Amino acid sequence: MSDLQSQDYIRRSASTMTPPSARSHEDEVAKLIDVSRCIGCKACQSACMEWNDLRQEVGHFEGSYQNPNDLSPSVWTLMKFAEYENEQGNLEWLIRKDGCMHCEDPGCLKACPAPGAIVQYANGIVDFISDKCIGCGYCVKGCPFDIPRISKTDHKSYKCTLCSDRVTVGLEPACVKACPTGAIMFGTKTDMKHQAAERIVDLKSRGFDKAGLYDPAEVGGTHVMYVLHHADKPSLYSGLPDKPGISPMVEAWKGVMKPLALAGIALATVVGFFHYMIKGPNEVTEADEAEGARVLDETEKTP
Amino acid sequence: MKTVIVRYTTMNRVNHWITAICFVLMVLSGLSMFHPMLYWLSDLFGGGQWTRAVHPWIGCVLLVSYLGLIVQFWRENLWHREDTQWVKSIREVADNDEEGAPPVGRNNAGQKLVFWSMTLLIPVLFFTGLVIWEVYFGEATPIPVQRAAALIHSIAAVLAIIVWVVHVYAAIWVRDSVRAMTQGYVTPGWAWRHHRKWLKELASGQHDKNLIRKRP
Repeated sequence: MSDLQSQDYIRRSASTMTPPSARSHEDEVAKLIDVSRCIGCKACQSACMEWNDLRQEVGHFEGSYQNPNDLSPSVWTLMKFAEYENEQGNLEWLIRKDGCMHCEDPGCLKACPAPGAIVQYANGIVDFISDKCIGCGYCVKGCPFDIPRISKTDHKSYKCTLCSDRVTVGLEPACVKACPTGAIMFGTKTDMKHQAAERIVDLKSRGFDKAGLYDPAEVGGTHVMYVLHHADKPSLYSGLPDKPGISPMVEAWKGVMKPLALAGIALATVVGFFHYMIKGPNEVTEADEAEGARVLDETEKTP
Repeated sequence: MKTVIVRYTTMNRVNHWITAICFVLMVLSGLSMFHPMLYWLSDLFGGGQWTRAVHPWIGCVLLVSYLGLIVQFWRENLWHREDTQWVKSIREVADNDEEGAPPVGRNNAGQKLVFWSMTLLIPVLFFTGLVIWEVYFGEATPIPVQRAAALIHSIAAVLAIIVWVVHVYAAIWVRDSVRAMTQGYVTPGWAWRHHRKWLKELASGQHDKNLIRKRP
């Protein structure tokens, strides 16, 4: 998404100053995906392609309804189909709409080295400002959900924008509008949590006693949440991470390493400078030259 | 006509300066992608995209160039017992009093440490850099491996920069060292003061006779 004079940033990548945030009293939004009501029709995928003008190249059949096979720079949301045999020996077809989770503490934004290439608005949406993207792929390493994809043609990173352009003007995301069963809902995060709570009570009454909300606290919660029938085992749903935190490697690289590195380099330079100020240069003296010449001469005389 | 000693051959010097230019470019482009406050350095390379694109290629040249330095210099950087003694008398050396330290051969222990540090760090930087070279190897390794590579790459880079600061400072501090690497020669007095054992080896003909020359 491009940037229309946003003054509602709460986070901005690679920035040491406070971003423009005067207009920051928006409600936090969330998309709620009720996996138990999804029928796998892919209307959301089509709507996403249509609204965002994305056209993935036609691929090959891989033995699954999942199509295309993976997210890509032009596939920002994807129905993932998992066949799970439960304890009773029955088949459960677990279909999950995959895409950016819009973390409250976004790993991509933390990892990004390009100032302003990744921003988070006050409503919680994490957006890539593509003209500032340098294509380094650090967001891929920062993301706990394996979402961003780097284009091989323009070397920019792409992912779901949560239709930030639609949300800004009071519309719901395209996938939400297209969903025929109401499995995808959109509203304030508070409302979506209430909605989820009601649905979970209902699911529990129908025998899904492990039903629950996926809003992982490890990333500060997400602005895309799932209602799962097996909330105790998120990984059943095509590898949805059970505990999706930002990797400690990324935390160290983007946290303690930065000040430590600059301090180390600065210290080495300052020590050098003051050593020179105090001790001065190590210069060759006349006496050294005489001694040096003597050593060379001696050998010339005694071959 | 004065007598001088050839310390670095033309080949040594050309190889050194190709490495040096590459290293400086790597530091500038690398730091711009490492710390937000240094992102402006990417303008030197034509912007962020260009910096990201060109950094790994310069790194490839740097590796090849440094391998050339390893081939030319590894033998004279082998560690001996007197090097450990020299390290122990580092206080006198830093005090510009080299008489307090054991006589030095062609390279002192500090120079050897710089050489071996870079010999370790540059390949580490190269291989971790390959792992995070998004354009060609973005899908070659699993993401957790890439995370580790990025962290190791940044740690190795910072260590290499610190070693480089030490190297540059030593060259400025020990007068006429820079001339040895630009014009190639040192005076007998320089050799007597800083590399006495090497001077005596030269005088007793243990090295190529042609290294001692007359110069206007």
